[in-house]
Amino acid sequence: MGPVKAVVNKIIPFSSVDGPGNRTAVFLQGCNIDCKYCHNPETRGMCKNCGLCVEKCPKGALSLEQGRVCFDSGKCVQCDTCIHICPHDSSPRTEELTPEEVSARVRKQIPYIRGISVSGGECMLQPEFLTALFSLVRAEGLTTLIDSNGTIPFWEYPELMEVTDGVMLDIKAFDCREHRHVTGAGNETVLANALWLAEHKKLYEVRAVIVPGLYDTENSIRQIGAYLAPCLAVSPFRVKLIAYRPMGVRREYADQKVPDQEYLNHLAEILRSYGFSEILII
Amino acid sequence: MRDISMERVNKTREAILDIIKSPVLTHEQKLTNLAGQADSLMEVLELPEGLDELLNVDIDRQCICDLSEGHAPVRPRYIAPDYAKFMKEGCAFLQLPAPTDLYEALNSLLIFYKHVPSVTNYPVYVGQLDELLEPFIDTVDEVQAKKLLRMFMIHVDRTVLDSFSHANIGPKPTKAGRLLLEVETELEHAVPNLTLKYEEGVTEDDFMLKAIECALHSAKPSFANHKMFKSELTENYVIASCYNGLPLGGGSYTLCRLILGNIAKRAQSIQDFKERELPYVLNIMARYMDARVRFEVEESGFFEHHFLVKEGFIRRERFTAMFGLVGLADCVNLLLKKEGKTGRFGHDEYANTLGVEIMNIINDFNNSHEAPYCEVSGGHYLLHAQVGLAEDQHVTPGTRIPIGEEPQELIDHLQVLNRFHKYFPSGTGDIFPIDLTVHRNPEFVLDIIKGAFRQDLRYLSFYSSDSDVIRVTGYLVKRSEMEKLDSGLAVLQNTTGLGLGASKNGHILERKVR
Repeated sequence: MGPVKAVVNKIIPFSSVDGPGNRTAVFLQGCNIDCKYCHNPETRGMCKNCGLCVEKCPKGALSLEQGRVCFDSGKCVQCDTCIHICPHDSSPRTEELTPEEVSARVRKQIPYIRGISVSGGECMLQPEFLTALFSLVRAEGLTTLIDSNGTIPFWEYPELMEVTDGVMLDIKAFDCREHRHVTGAGNETVLANALWLAEHKKLYEVRAVIVPGLYDTENSIRQIGAYLAPCLAVSPFRVKLIAYRPMGVRREYADQKVPDQEYLNHLAEILRSYGFSEILII
Repeated sequence: MRDISMERVNKTREAILDIIKSPVLTHEQKLTNLAGQADSLMEVLELPEGLDELLNVDIDRQCICDLSEGHAPVRPRYIAPDYAKFMKEGCAFLQLPAPTDLYEALNSLLIFYKHVPSVTNYPVYVGQLDELLEPFIDTVDEVQAKKLLRMFMIHVDRTVLDSFSHANIGPKPTKAGRLLLEVETELEHAVPNLTLKYEEGVTEDDFMLKAIECALHSAKPSFANHKMFKSELTENYVIASCYNGLPLGGGSYTLCRLILGNIAKRAQSIQDFKERELPYVLNIMARYMDARVRFEVEESGFFEHHFLVKEGFIRRERFTAMFGLVGLADCVNLLLKKEGKTGRFGHDEYANTLGVEIMNIINDFNNSHEAPYCEVSGGHYLLHAQVGLAEDQHVTPGTRIPIGEEPQELIDHLQVLNRFHKYFPSGTGDIFPIDLTVHRNPEFVLDIIKGAFRQDLRYLSFYSSDSDVIRVTGYLVKRSEMEKLDSGLAVLQNTTGLGLGASKNGHILERKVR
């Protein structure tokens, strides 16, 4: 068997929004659900090598060689034309990398970072890759966080959990039907994951994207509060309320309402009434 | 004293009349400028041959600049009194006994500040405030202590009318230090500048986080690599003016700067620059500084007569001088262009390596030049990466990467900086605006500072991209005050004018936000 490779959408050397402190954030390509407000839809699908983007690239940074789309980063000006016209929610600027190769790119940021966070797409679609990568970067003294939509059961990957310091878990709606409306998938596993991770002290953060009008956000936050409050006694974790913003969202979904600060504070108050103390609004 | 022409006298008289009639200068600013004009008529220094065509020429050809120090220095440029001695013993000249509580300590300091000279006529160093005040902090209750500190800081901001004035705190957390950070977070003042001396393992994380929160509100404190500074200057050092590391109880006689980009204009090639033009200018600047230092020590009388010296708050033996430079980036880029290469400083390995080679030449020269009266720094001047002047155009501060050309990723930026900070015990620094509204993560900044100081970076400043107080090049100004001045109104602090110039000429509002 060859090395487990992953398709990497991008690596952000210094990230301040993917967990505590300064971290290198790795975004893997491919997702198993379809959130209407997805902020980086170009991470969702795999490249089909259809070549549409090759014709549209204004700088000639893309070419089709032996049926495969090739990318020349030196010519790219980050205009994002390719990802906007891609019919497969993909990107030609991805790279296929081994855990060793990703770990080498992480090493450059030492000693400025305290860890890495892997996101997506949905990074839990590639658990073997994560296990190998996390083992490597832990040996360098770094901490490891997973950012996940929670649709894949963590309890089925004990080896990965062994080398994972924590998970940042999205709960995109508490009600199963609403979750399906927002993402196209149910949330039974998401909610089971939340309890399992909290119980095993691997739940670092619960995240909710607040999109008033798309689902009943207040009710969802209330139910999340009630459901997870008992877990706080096992190990504390924080809740991040993320205001919906239209940046990066696909045009057909980009007209959702942006919540105001007052409303976000109101939701935070609800969580406080359930005993949550660390609540971050961004 | 040499004669000067009547033409020069009359030109100066015209400049004096302009100052007297100026609608935008305050009375104090007029007095300072009038004194500068009077001094400009003096010709008393033993100037080295060849200086004139390097110093007194158009700004785009000037290779050496003496930063408005004047022709007959009446006092050292930067003075860092031993305020701890003052707190312990009081001052006979000022008729002040040693303070016994927080009221007296703060009152005594405010009086003392009005008698500390410098090139700006305001104290460039106002003390290690946490250590000075900690013994008195429990003489009143905490609410009163905070109110007193608040009034003290307001007093400094409104009377020390120049943000080249610097307070220090750290590296150990103290109650006084915490209260000062709280007050500064609330006040959002430009004066004084503030540096926290940071050492991993000594400065606690929660104290640092408080300081970072303060920095993201009021653009201060900046962070100094304590381990690095004390290895070069011992524990008895201060950060004064912009970010200048200097001996405590002494200071700097003078600061002159090389304008490297303009020196590169004189060179035919990289080799010509390294072997002929640069060494030629280095030699003349060093001898010019020697002449300034000698005048101050041997002729001005400052070290015989000033009460700070007489009472031992400063000692002549604790003074050194700063051998400054600007425009390493401009110099490297121009030299490469002259050789038909396309690389840019900050981006291409051979450009950065050329920068290091140039710094090594300057460093070696300085280490071999015998500087007069600089025993405290081993008989040599201390290198200084100067931050620029308001009127500088196309001149990049020190060894910084030009604004607008910063590498896309901060890690790449930092990896260039850590090749250059080590050369400058008397100060260098880099500034990063941070997008606070998105981040809400002060530990992000903490991790960067920890990593940077492990990599021998010396000095870092951060400010929030949307705050009113911002760091210009080394000093602080309020955006709101710049707007007032720009609309033709007089403003209190001298540095507001410099900031306005720098925002127009130096593009300081266009730094890459991290």
